[in-house]
Amino acid sequence: MREITYREALREALREEMERDETVFLMGEDIADPFGSAYKVTLGLSPQFGTERVRQTPISEQGFVGAGVGAAVTGMRPVVEIMYIDFATMAMDQIANQAAKLRYMSGGQAKVPLVIRTQGGPGRSSAAQHAQSLEAWFAHIPGLLVAMPSTPYDAKGLLKTAIRLDDPVVFIEQKLLYNTEGPVPEEEYTLPFGEADVKREGSDCTVVATSMTVLKALKAADILEREGISVEVVDPRTLFPLDIETITASVCKTSRVVVTHEAVERCGFGAEIVAQIAQTAFGYIDAPIQRVCAPSVPPPFAQHMEAFTMIDEHKIADRVRRLVTGEL
Amino acid sequence: MTQTAAEREEPVGSPPQDLSGEQLRWMYRRMLLIREFENTAQIRFEAGEIAGFLHLSQGQEAVPVGTCAALREGDTITSTHRGHGDVIAKGCDVKRMFAELYGRTTGYCKGKGGSMHIADFSQGIIGANGIVSGGLPIALGAALSCQMRNTDHVTVCFFGDGATAEGGFHEALNLSTLWQVPLIFVCQNNLYGLSQPWEETAFQCDLPERARTYHMPAECVDGMDVITVYGAVARAVNRARRGEGPSFIEAKTYRFLGHYVGDPATYMDQEEREGWRKRDPIPRLGRQLREWGYLTDEEAAQIRAEVEEELQAGIEFAKSSPKPPAADALSDVYVHFDHHGEPR
Repeated sequence: MREITYREALREALREEMERDETVFLMGEDIADPFGSAYKVTLGLSPQFGTERVRQTPISEQGFVGAGVGAAVTGMRPVVEIMYIDFATMAMDQIANQAAKLRYMSGGQAKVPLVIRTQGGPGRSSAAQHAQSLEAWFAHIPGLLVAMPSTPYDAKGLLKTAIRLDDPVVFIEQKLLYNTEGPVPEEEYTLPFGEADVKREGSDCTVVATSMTVLKALKAADILEREGISVEVVDPRTLFPLDIETITASVCKTSRVVVTHEAVERCGFGAEIVAQIAQTAFGYIDAPIQRVCAPSVPPPFAQHMEAFTMIDEHKIADRVRRLVTGEL
Repeated sequence: MTQTAAEREEPVGSPPQDLSGEQLRWMYRRMLLIREFENTAQIRFEAGEIAGFLHLSQGQEAVPVGTCAALREGDTITSTHRGHGDVIAKGCDVKRMFAELYGRTTGYCKGKGGSMHIADFSQGIIGANGIVSGGLPIALGAALSCQMRNTDHVTVCFFGDGATAEGGFHEALNLSTLWQVPLIFVCQNNLYGLSQPWEETAFQCDLPERARTYHMPAECVDGMDVITVYGAVARAVNRARRGEGPSFIEAKTYRFLGHYVGDPATYMDQEEREGWRKRDPIPRLGRQLREWGYLTDEEAAQIRAEVEEELQAGIEFAKSSPKPPAADALSDVYVHFDHHGEPR
């Protein structure tokens, strides 16, 4: 199978859905050519579809996310891009009070087929306002769906589904994943929301990881394999709906679990996963449930400090090793 | 109906050329329906039959009725927490509105929205909004949708003076002219944001002037005169349908009562209140219609009787409608999933 980047996979999803359905259109800051968006996902789309449908906006997150809500409830399928997830703060009313609530408040009348694409995560010395991982905020709000793909294959399949769903989706990419490559079929496919993917099978410990930490967990599994420890890596892919069945099935098999994400530990989405595991698989767990998450501080600027706070394969491997050998 | 001071003081003027007697009587009836709907809701609220908040708009009826008289099927409106008048003017049925206020299954939102969130998507009423200025960016998007779908439909965004200090106001005005969308901003300036006098909210309080800096036609009209409101909105709608972009209308009006039922409005000056009550838009139109030969006293009495009957039937409908099972609270969160995330 051919290999393409995460960025190319996302661009293909946008292109295919725009070709398939003329009500799909894009809005966001700097998304038209020649700039083609901050992380170049939309590069090349405005020449093909025109600047009406690849609609560049001023720096006006509340305005254009709200415009997305209004367009979505009146027959269009907007895909808006918030350049950094940190900037979603500027549009939180439209996301949390409007997009998420219109269907419920109207007693089921409204459909809000809106996709909010954004990206988060550390790793480029972007400091405290350009590197946060805020997925838990959105997963906390009833009415929103949240996707967090880790591979090009998942990114394309989930984005195509997100665009076709009639519910609002917060689609969270990761800035260091854009250049990663992976197999993506030439043929059409979509992936369902609410279906976790076992990225690697193993028997000694389950690692539940999201987005970038899936890649780190797979590297940790390679390290531990050489030590005779078998790790299973489960990627929920969507935080809501959350496929807790696949996660708990894995935990029941391995009897140990480490949950990891790039977001800070306190009230991170891992807390929800841990709680659900404890509720549904308590009797199968042989060791304390572990979290490997960022310390609860804002992302620092200096590279060595940022690296200190980030999740890498060694942090995950170390925790799994201690868990499996009974140190914890 | 008894003659009030307003009916003696306000000039009658000559009948408008662009409105038929039928249209004018519709306006009169609709304003009266809104007024009496809210009076009835207030009584029922005070009797403890209706829960939550009730933000009433007695005194402001000419603005939504004059505005919606200039709209047609396929046009869209957004409204506010003080939105009963807006949605009734656009076509909401008071039966289903009362049912919503009573939290019944037959309400517009099946009891999930209440007074602040009445919506009827089938009539282009895409939601009253509990967040001040929350509807402005949404209206922008609805107007963008009208444009991108190549229709000649327009969107009206109702909002209050309180929204004009919010960031969403600025963003929506700016984007609306940038994109030249068919949008009419209708600011119902009732002079107060809860307790705060509107002129204390900005150094520059000339709202049309503010709108003109975004390069859109803007005017301030007497929001106590339904015919004037209609004229301004009709001009704006015509421009929008011709593809000439957004317009801004400030309708100066007055909230006869407090911010919500239970607010004694001690911050409002008594003389000011009495002065505005004398300008009540409903008796004013009533007198004009009589002078122009569009309405007899008998017809006026007939309209009032019909309105009262409609409201009485509405209350009975609401009270006799079933309450949704409490567990209905769990539905309508998503189209494709239940609230646990299980596919539907």
